[in-house]
Amino acid sequence: MCPGCGAPIIARQILLASKDPVVVVCATGCLEVSTTIFPYTAWTVPYLHNAFENAGATLSGVEAAYQNFKKKGKIGQHINFVAFGGDGGTYDIGLQSLSGAMERGHDLLYVCYNNEAYMNTGVQRSSATPKGANTTTEPAGKIQQGKVEWRKDLTEIMAAHNIPYVAQAIVGNWADLTRKAEKAYALRGPKFMNVLQPCRLGWGYKPEDTLELARLAFDTCFWPVYEVENGVYKVNKPKVKKPVVEYLKTQDRFRHLFKPGNEKLLEDIQAEVDRRWSQLLAKEALAKGGEVK
Amino acid sequence: MSKIIARTGNEAMAEAMRQINPDVVAAYPITPATEIVMIFAKYVADGLVDTNYIAVESEHSAMSACVGASVAGARVMTGTSSQGLALMYEILPIAAALRLPIVMCDVNRALSGPINIHCDHSDTMAARDFGWIQIFSENSQEAYDSLIQAIRIAEDPRVHLPAMVTTDGFIISHCMDKIEILEDKEVKDFIGQERKAKTSLLDINNPVSVGLLDLQDYYFEHRVPVAQAMKDSKKVILEVAEEFGRKFGRKYGLLEGYKLEDAEFVAVALGSTCGTAKVVVDELRGKGVKAGLLKIRVFRPFPAEEIVAALTKAKAVAVLDRSDSWSSQGGQVSTEIRSAMYELSSKPKMINFIYGLGGREIDLPQIRSVYSALQAVDKQPLVQYLGVRE
Repeated sequence: MCPGCGAPIIARQILLASKDPVVVVCATGCLEVSTTIFPYTAWTVPYLHNAFENAGATLSGVEAAYQNFKKKGKIGQHINFVAFGGDGGTYDIGLQSLSGAMERGHDLLYVCYNNEAYMNTGVQRSSATPKGANTTTEPAGKIQQGKVEWRKDLTEIMAAHNIPYVAQAIVGNWADLTRKAEKAYALRGPKFMNVLQPCRLGWGYKPEDTLELARLAFDTCFWPVYEVENGVYKVNKPKVKKPVVEYLKTQDRFRHLFKPGNEKLLEDIQAEVDRRWSQLLAKEALAKGGEVK
Repeated sequence: MSKIIARTGNEAMAEAMRQINPDVVAAYPITPATEIVMIFAKYVADGLVDTNYIAVESEHSAMSACVGASVAGARVMTGTSSQGLALMYEILPIAAALRLPIVMCDVNRALSGPINIHCDHSDTMAARDFGWIQIFSENSQEAYDSLIQAIRIAEDPRVHLPAMVTTDGFIISHCMDKIEILEDKEVKDFIGQERKAKTSLLDINNPVSVGLLDLQDYYFEHRVPVAQAMKDSKKVILEVAEEFGRKFGRKYGLLEGYKLEDAEFVAVALGSTCGTAKVVVDELRGKGVKAGLLKIRVFRPFPAEEIVAALTKAKAVAVLDRSDSWSSQGGQVSTEIRSAMYELSSKPKMINFIYGLGGREIDLPQIRSVYSALQAVDKQPLVQYLGVRE
């Protein structure tokens, strides 16, 4: 993988959190291509790759076979079933397969390592790409300032499936990330985790800044860190909520936003981050029985 | 003791599935295959099978889940048709390359567009190059028998390939027919109590990595064995058919010849049309015309040598294709047979009729016209559309 890539950190920490054996299904993407070039494999646990858009459905099948063998007494041990997919394979082409797996109630954990574009094929936009980001299929040009649309809120879509556990996390806070994975493994049924993963190649920053950048996404509330356990929201709050520009200015993908004339765009991005943040806090307050202001 | 009952093609396939009692079924409803899934879902709900049934949200996910379950070591089945099969196309060659013995009930239906729900073979023919064994059925009995045999064929260590058994949409799938059903125990003994997978994704003590990225240095070496397995499967199909015939009395092969021994004018067809063609052959024989029929039961692997041997003595051959390849050279069955006949020094004249698209009825007068054309074969074009309005 590229120097400074956050994806292997996510895979390692999620799997380290499991006390039981794990079986992994991986969608086509960076993690898949760089860990399994035949005849080599980096995986020491059972691993299956099927195609790009079907990690949810493929793992459904593996889990159904497991449940069948368990029912027949052919297998006794508990196994944690984990799928890894990038944002392209999860937000876009794999959304239907993921939604189906979640709705059907399979006992599995789906982890999106979210680097906010199709990085494996050269930084094409996805529905996880934030507004204003420069990508190769929605580039910053003379009349267009990168991605025009706001990004899809997949974590909330997953929460709307009313599954036992949904969480957003970052690669920079390992204690929070592993605690969430542990929590997911302890619950039976479908679980979903959306982990922000800075991508040096697609975001444009120094390899050593990966964790710092993820923390800045949290501190600016650009990427809220929270969980929804059986419908109850719990939000991690930054000590001091920093302005979004503190985060945007660290990355090449947002550089064009700081050119004269784009001030309004930066204001819009700050306003949208604030709106989504207060909406999230309201959901948390609602779960606690508090008043929604 | 077997018993004779009345069943539609879909009911017969669902009944075979109940007796096979697979570990996992992942399926999605689509006309005209829906009933198979519905009947099977009721078996699950009533506890008549031990299957974990995954009611997926699409055929793409059906085949994806089948792959996952099969890699986990399960005996896996599904059923679909037309657009559903087309939605699976991406995953079908993956199932073959991973050497997964998934067995599918495939009810032949015309591919859109325009959208249509009735029988032709365009869906199955478009899947001919994906490494799946393809067995066509003339009636419900054949569908039932072939589905049971398909489990044995697919799981044979010399094969390890997925297999689809097809019926003709509505013509077989929805028409009541008299069929002979085996005892549950006879089926179980024939197919074996469970699949014996060499490796399983659930074997946590022996972790395997499956579905790796295969580049210029290995991909080719992993594709050729699929071709070899397909070639080798011919022998296994015949062995399984022979054992089935010995035990249960119904004989099967790769092909079925009808009054072919001395036939001068031969039609070649697949599926339910063969039943209609046999009536015309009998009629013509009554009039002293040496007519015959060659039914292709197994299309993949393609029984080229057997077809050549069956046709070599004919004066004229008409291949009936229920789909078009758009090559301007005729349908898929016709072009493959013409290719197989190339090495013969003395070969029959061959023509091709594309018929019955989108469920257009194929009746006795149309088939009579095929044999009339064969008797004046020199005046015929290579490819004709049969039963289409001008």
